[in-house]
Amino acid sequence: MTTIENRQRFDFEVIARWVSEGSRVLDLGCDDGSLIRHLERTRHTRGYGIESDTDRVVASLANGINVLQMNLEQGLSGFKDGEFDYVIMSLSLQAVRNTEGILAEMLRVGREAVVSFPNFGYWRHRVSINEGRMPVSDSLPYQWYNTPNVRFFTMADFEQLCEMRGIRVLERAAFDEDREVELEPNNYASLALYRLGRA
Amino acid sequence: MSTENQGSVGIVSAQTAHFSEPLPLRAGGSLPAYDLVYETYGTLNADRSNAVLVCHALSGSHHVAGLYEGKPKSAGWWDNLVGPGKPLDTDKFFVIGVNNLGGCFGSTGPMSLNPATGKPWGAAFPFVTVEDWVDSHARLMDRLGIQQLAAVLGGSLGGMQALAWTLRYPERVRHGMVIAAAPKLSTENIAFNEVARQAILTDPEFHGGNFYERGVVPVRGLRLARMIGHITYLSDDAMNDKFGRKLRHDTPQYHFDVEFEIESYLRYQGDKFAGFFDANTYLLTTKALDYFDPAWEYGGDLEAALARASADFFVASFSTDWRFSPKRSQELVFALLHNGRRVSYAEIDSEAGHDSFLLDNPQYHAAMRAYFKNIEV
Repeated sequence: MTTIENRQRFDFEVIARWVSEGSRVLDLGCDDGSLIRHLERTRHTRGYGIESDTDRVVASLANGINVLQMNLEQGLSGFKDGEFDYVIMSLSLQAVRNTEGILAEMLRVGREAVVSFPNFGYWRHRVSINEGRMPVSDSLPYQWYNTPNVRFFTMADFEQLCEMRGIRVLERAAFDEDREVELEPNNYASLALYRLGRA
Repeated sequence: MSTENQGSVGIVSAQTAHFSEPLPLRAGGSLPAYDLVYETYGTLNADRSNAVLVCHALSGSHHVAGLYEGKPKSAGWWDNLVGPGKPLDTDKFFVIGVNNLGGCFGSTGPMSLNPATGKPWGAAFPFVTVEDWVDSHARLMDRLGIQQLAAVLGGSLGGMQALAWTLRYPERVRHGMVIAAAPKLSTENIAFNEVARQAILTDPEFHGGNFYERGVVPVRGLRLARMIGHITYLSDDAMNDKFGRKLRHDTPQYHFDVEFEIESYLRYQGDKFAGFFDANTYLLTTKALDYFDPAWEYGGDLEAALARASADFFVASFSTDWRFSPKRSQELVFALLHNGRRVSYAEIDSEAGHDSFLLDNPQYHAAMRAYFKNIEV
């Protein structure tokens, strides 16, 4: 699992706001374990991270979090139904091939799911495409030929998928880099976060 | 990762603790009195909170780290892991290695004298189990004034002992570290052990286990046992890389003597092993492995069996280990997780098969180092 480097703090803060005190959380693609650590400190959660990259596993161990080295493409079959209050995937959904499968698994293992992803509908990205080039920005820092991202979608696309698959959007937050966006987020937000529940 | 000075614990020597109170055994009966041979490295701190017990695997011993006086090739079996500045840092931890009962390196075993007869125990040495070893270790900890261990760790059979510790004495272990192990042996694992045992049991020099008094050793059986064991410790890739189909001579000789390099290697390993290991210890130890199954009393429900553990856990496996594959470690990890235990799991890429746990693979050691750093003492 590859995630965007240097996860932005505002992403963590929204997630910490949504996650209830003392809950059990599972973070898919936990990188160096910073989010789990942040949630343990601010929300006293009991968390586990999943990470496939060994250097990141070592970094997570150094951060003192529970980390399990596994590959997400294999799904979450070892976890029980409802074993966690929240299954989180921060800035990684666009890097997973089996989007539908992982969303279904997150809502099987978690009572709720929290996902964040770069919004490809962001106006600057639209301008870039309009000018004939694939977008490169803080939230999409890769070139087309070296990006770990395999799925390119907008907030509107995502919400349509949720509706088709009976996934309830419980809460939504959108940001233009670090500023929260209320108006027309599919156009003005570079990053989207969703709290999701089963229908 | 390691800019620190990675030193040796230096010259070490083994100590012996004698226990005169009988040890009740799981298989029934008891061991009337016994010795445990052990080594320690580092210093026990004032509040006795920095002790780490290292459990050995099938052919290991209490000699985990360091060298014996005047023997420059006598480095302990986990010397690359244990020492000042090493992942299991003896500047921080007080590390203990102990030879299991039934062993052949000084702790009471089949080669020891049976007080009832004045002759070596031989075949009469009672069956010992992983749980019995743990009970005997716990008494040694009592003797050393250690109420609670910062960690118990081991690889392979040693990992099973570490797991057994967390179940038998939950309040006495803060961290259980289970490396390249499994919650129980698979049918195939038992099958391989049985072939090895049959090699020993059918050796004419075995004499029903009482070969000491005849001044012979069932060398052929031990060699075969080790050869088959060794195959299971390596991976197909590792063997292929190391030996391939290389011949000892330029052209095939069409004989049954050593032809391929792998044959030479296995014979060498077999001969070496037969020269220092005891046949009865091999039988007892492989049986202890076979019988180990904490879930057995819980109708096979590993999750239920682990409910009484209270330690935090670190579990590690190696990609090419087919003796105790990553899948077996994952079973353990999920059973711990379902119990709400704190657990971390590293699945290390390595070509070296089961033996990887003894090697200083940089990622493996980096993971161990990171975990040990966060153990509070």
